[in-house]
Amino acid sequence: MSNTTSVLYDHPGPRARIRNRILTVVFGVAILALLWWIYRRFDEAGQWDGNLWRPFGETTTWTQFILSGLRATLFAAAAGMALSLAFGVVFSVGRLSDHWWIRIPCGAVVEFFRAVPLLLMIFFIFYAVPFLIKAPVSAFWAVVIGLTLYNGSVLAEAFRAGIRAVPRGQSEAAYALGMRKTLVMRHILVPQAARSMLPVIVSQLVVLLKDTALGYIVAYPELLQRGVNDLSANFGNVVAAAIVVALIYIVINSLLTLLAGWLGRQGQGPRAPKAGEATQPSAPSKAADEGAVATA
Amino acid sequence: MDVFSDPRNLDATVSGFLWILKLTGASAVLALVLGVLLAAMRVSPIPVLRLFGAAWVNIFRNTPLTLIIFFCYFGLYSTLGLTLSEDLVRNIYWLGVVGLSTYTAAFVCEAVRSGINTVPPGQAEAARAIGLTFAQTLRIVVLPQAGRAVVAPLGSILIALCKNSTIVGTIGLMESSSVMKDLINSYGNAGILIFAVFAGVFALLLIPTGYFFGWLANRLAVRR
Repeated sequence: MSNTTSVLYDHPGPRARIRNRILTVVFGVAILALLWWIYRRFDEAGQWDGNLWRPFGETTTWTQFILSGLRATLFAAAAGMALSLAFGVVFSVGRLSDHWWIRIPCGAVVEFFRAVPLLLMIFFIFYAVPFLIKAPVSAFWAVVIGLTLYNGSVLAEAFRAGIRAVPRGQSEAAYALGMRKTLVMRHILVPQAARSMLPVIVSQLVVLLKDTALGYIVAYPELLQRGVNDLSANFGNVVAAAIVVALIYIVINSLLTLLAGWLGRQGQGPRAPKAGEATQPSAPSKAADEGAVATA
Repeated sequence: MDVFSDPRNLDATVSGFLWILKLTGASAVLALVLGVLLAAMRVSPIPVLRLFGAAWVNIFRNTPLTLIIFFCYFGLYSTLGLTLSEDLVRNIYWLGVVGLSTYTAAFVCEAVRSGINTVPPGQAEAARAIGLTFAQTLRIVVLPQAGRAVVAPLGSILIALCKNSTIVGTIGLMESSSVMKDLINSYGNAGILIFAVFAGVFALLLIPTGYFFGWLANRLAVRR
């Protein structure tokens, strides 16, 4: 990114250096004032009181609330990741099928689940499905199935873009060797697509991990539920607990994002197609794809 | 069936979707302004501003929106006493808008920044060569081109924002997902119909929006 950024302005001359220094001081003071104001607001509300922060120094707080919540979060995320990757592969391949009676239903499913808010699906699975199957659905499965349908559909689109971006010569060569459609897809196209789309896939998995927090709404005992809601019910320190839990989320997601960046650099082989080349021919494909996938 | 023939249920459904539209509208404007400002900060020659922009993006992009909305209500309002409106429902609405736009601005910032990177360096170099300042270069030369390039990602962000606004239901706004939950709880046997109506409205609203932004992005794309 630095290549364009650095050409936006010249190497500063003497006047620019002075001006930049003045602006640095002005904005620095402004930001410090903002932080000071936040600090004062917290202080007025008594949020720096040691009693609110002391629970985080005790082991039981961590074992009972935060770590147990974190385990449930990671558990739901792992199940959701495995299932949505499978869902994504199946439906991307289905949408590229030669038979219209496979292609169209797969396309409809993917488009539908991408357009419906995840919370709506979780509510449907958690509150309505028990009426239909005459058996309760656990909060865990409501969250995992919801995450799978939504993120699986987004991943299906990412895979599809990746598969279509594999150079045509690859599949032509495979057909020339006498491979059948299934074999070409399984041995030639999907592996290359998965490798070239790795950064996009991982950033969608970060989204999935964050979305497990929706489990809080259906009382799945994940990190937000245990670490913020239940913890603050015991100690009355909702602001402190929210800050600590947010930091945990930020650390985990930053690590995953770093992993995505590293994988992206690893995957840039000589043939790796640019992400999204097939779907957005003229728009800035990389940017478009990152934006398209890494939100929610 | 008779769920939606009851005018009370129909009214609740309509007002639920109106809340979604209001949340989306206000947050979209705020997030766009804030996101472009943050992107400008992140490419500016002043290190303090670059740091501020980077911190904002890394903090809010990596925190679950549910936690941010939760914090807006229980932290900002209940604990720190920030009140945005005297009316209880309005207050929740504005707290939701604050949470949504804080979160979405981080994504807008990243989209705009990657859009800026699609503008060939020659453009900025030429702008500098004719003596434009940093602000002029950005405003007159780079951002208009970047803006065309980010139409598609901004469209996806807008769609995500619209879907995310259902999360404001967590803090007690009767938006569409909360209305749907209540209807399902009262009319359990019509669960599929109720879900089909709510999901269908979202699909009818958002799938065409997606295609529209795809079309717009193609139309506005800078041909190079």
